Amino acid sequence: MTNPTLALPGAALLQPKPQSPSRIFWRRFTANWRAIVAAVVLGLIVLAVIFAPLLTPYERDAQNLRNRFQPPSAAHWMGTDDLGRDLFTRVLYAGRASLTVGGLSVLVSLIVGVTIGLVSGYFGGWVDSSLGRVTEIFLSVPRLFVLILLTVYLRLLDTPWAQPGTIGPIAVVIGLFAWMGMARLVRASTLEMREREFVTAAYGVGASSGRILLTHILPNVASPIIVAVSLGLAAAILTESGLSYLGLGVQLPTPTWGNMLSQTQTYLTTAPWLALFPGLMIFIVVLCINYLGDALRDALDPRTIVGKKG
Amino acid sequence: MLEYLIRRLLQGTITLVAISIIVFGLASAYPGGIMNAYEENPDVTAEDYARLRAKYGLDEPVPMRYVRWLGSVLTGDWGNSFVSRRPVLQEIGDRLGNTLLLMGTALIVTLLIAIPLGVISALRQYSMVDTALTALAFAGNSLPVFWFGLLLIMVFSVWLGWFPGSGMTTLGKPFSIPDLLWHMVLPVTMLALVTAAGYMRYMRSAMLDVIGQDYMRTARSKGLTETQVNVRHGLRNALIPLVTLLAFEIPLLFGGALYTETIFAWPGMGRLFYERAVKGDMPVVMACVIIFSALTILAMFLADLAYTVLDPRIQLGKRKAA
Repeated sequence: MTNPTLALPGAALLQPKPQSPSRIFWRRFTANWRAIVAAVVLGLIVLAVIFAPLLTPYERDAQNLRNRFQPPSAAHWMGTDDLGRDLFTRVLYAGRASLTVGGLSVLVSLIVGVTIGLVSGYFGGWVDSSLGRVTEIFLSVPRLFVLILLTVYLRLLDTPWAQPGTIGPIAVVIGLFAWMGMARLVRASTLEMREREFVTAAYGVGASSGRILLTHILPNVASPIIVAVSLGLAAAILTESGLSYLGLGVQLPTPTWGNMLSQTQTYLTTAPWLALFPGLMIFIVVLCINYLGDALRDALDPRTIVGKKG
Repeated sequence: MLEYLIRRLLQGTITLVAISIIVFGLASAYPGGIMNAYEENPDVTAEDYARLRAKYGLDEPVPMRYVRWLGSVLTGDWGNSFVSRRPVLQEIGDRLGNTLLLMGTALIVTLLIAIPLGVISALRQYSMVDTALTALAFAGNSLPVFWFGLLLIMVFSVWLGWFPGSGMTTLGKPFSIPDLLWHMVLPVTMLALVTAAGYMRYMRSAMLDVIGQDYMRTARSKGLTETQVNVRHGLRNALIPLVTLLAFEIPLLFGGALYTETIFAWPGMGRLFYERAVKGDMPVVMACVIIFSALTILAMFLADLAYTVLDPRIQLGKRKAA
């Protein structure tokens, strides 16, 4: 006696098992050995920065004037600076500010960029064209110059949240000049999504614009946003380090990799390690983030083939 | 076509005016300014102070002052620097040439490096060469520009002593072209190598797009050599998207020039801006931002124009504004 339902499991085997998007993503991402290396290195650096007090016997600002300009040694892995402070210790603590500023400013540019992108893509018309003008103005402004101007102002402010050494205001300022790419990306994806059936259906059952944007469109434009966030993080860290190098970013006593470099040009002959290590940290961290961003792009893009980079 | 050009020019002007309003607003919010010199002076009575404020028009509301300022800017009077007391246009005139020399040379070097390497990378996709160049491009993209400059000075100026690490000319020597070129080596390298990384990647992907096109096969079937096909039909088409990129990367180049000039003590506009911004010399600061913005907008406009000349398939005005 044959049972027709028995044939079904066999038939199902012939069909490739459908994989969930997150599974596909994970398989593709882990197939990229550069991304794995980058993730491990970045993870180690983040851990070292968080657990800095456990890794070094020295205090962040402990001066030892008898121990100035010591070259790297067993006691001082990266040497000591002009005040005899242990450079390795300061590099670890500086990572806290540098990474936090990077993260915060990406958060700011993410919020501004996604909001502007969603709104102008979804509503179109005059909303879109006026927001497009605003974006264009921000793109035509020489970014670094305006950032320098604004940070000069930040130094003049005398409010509790803008005392020397705080990192919030500088992160916000950097973020406010980095959202344009994100906005364009989200706008383009939103334009595409707006015409899809599920959006029309949601509109048909009476969903509000806010609900459609947040629950139906936003999740579907997440992939490009994730990639843009990772690349934006790399750019934000570079921007902060540059401004701090010029003496305009995060102020002392808070060390960052950027402001640690700012006086080192005078010591290039006598103590080159001062200029070497903080910059090396910026370079390694940004390189890792860029490799991760690239891997995310490949893994999230349904068109790319695993193992081949285009 | 003409209608489109006029519309674009109008848009550019509006953008520039908007930027000038923002910059003027920022600058007028700066404490002190021209009155700083009188504040500490015991010989200036409160009456004199008020009279001077009125004379400089500082009692007027900001919008009025903006209109007045715009008027004088349009007639060529950009005011005097608070720091040097010299006319702003003279200050900038002294420096603009040096910046353009640095940026122009760096741009040429960038293209000379990026175009051939990008093409090689594309023609030998996934080869050892391509992998190595890709890794280099990633490294170049991740380098903090100013740190790269410090490394250049450390290695080539301090250790090897091959090139000078600051200035445009040797002090005390009469000006000569070889001396200038010798001083340009490190700053140009700093500015060019970092931008070259990005350009190389764009060139590679543009070339990869072109390689798969039908006209490449047609050219090959005509019996042209590989070099002829790749250069005459491939490279020429792949260069078109690079034009737009050039325009969009100009602000980046200004930023790079600021770091380069600061580190190498190059007397250009970027360094002028930085030094004066820190001192609150608002007339110079405003002028620098407006000139750089105008150059950026002009570059984008020219890129649009060049696009139509290079690629007849594109018709201006029918393209949807991005």
